[in-house]
Amino acid sequence: MKNWMLGLALVCVIPACVTINIYFPAAAAEKAADKIIDDVWQLKNGAEKPNVNKEEPAASTAK
Amino acid sequence: MKKILLGLMLLATLIGSQFVAAAADLEVNTPAISAIKNSMQARHGQLGPFYTSGAIGLTKDGLIAVKDANAVPLAQRGALTGLVKDENADRTKLYKEIAVANGHPEWQAEIQSTFAGRWIDKAQSGWWVQGAGGWTQK
Repeated sequence: MKNWMLGLALVCVIPACVTINIYFPAAAAEKAADKIIDDVWQLKNGAEKPNVNKEEPAASTAK
Repeated sequence: MKKILLGLMLLATLIGSQFVAAAADLEVNTPAISAIKNSMQARHGQLGPFYTSGAIGLTKDGLIAVKDANAVPLAQRGALTGLVKDENADRTKLYKEIAVANGHPEWQAEIQSTFAGRWIDKAQSGWWVQGAGGWTQK
């Protein structure tokens, strides 16, 4: 019976500790900010999409 | 007894792993955030020339502001004011949505100041940014 009460107490306490200890994840926020800024300003898209006109059919246009 | 302990350990692990997952990455892929992002991306095409001319700059609080209205022909000033206002509304909404999407509305101010630093870091050379001592050109 005592064990049950102990268990119940733990179940209540553990999530509370997690909530109290939660801090602002600065590194994750920076990463998220970088991702969004790259999208909004399209900083990476141009460099990462070299597939446009990559396989140009030069032979067909020459004739 | 063993079952209770096992159950508790399982519960603790579950909660723990959730916490770790939440700390590792911020959720930024909600429909609300995507919508704001798209709207800002579309507006950036119009704002670009104004950054370059120094008419507007990036503020230290993660927003934008008209820095030099004289850099803009009179006829365009009204439109520019509107653009700045809309952009700042979107940015404020973005910071709020990220905080809410991650279950911590109270993070909004910290998210905003994180963005402030990143916008300025990523600004193109020639753009004006606001530091502690006022406007400087990158």
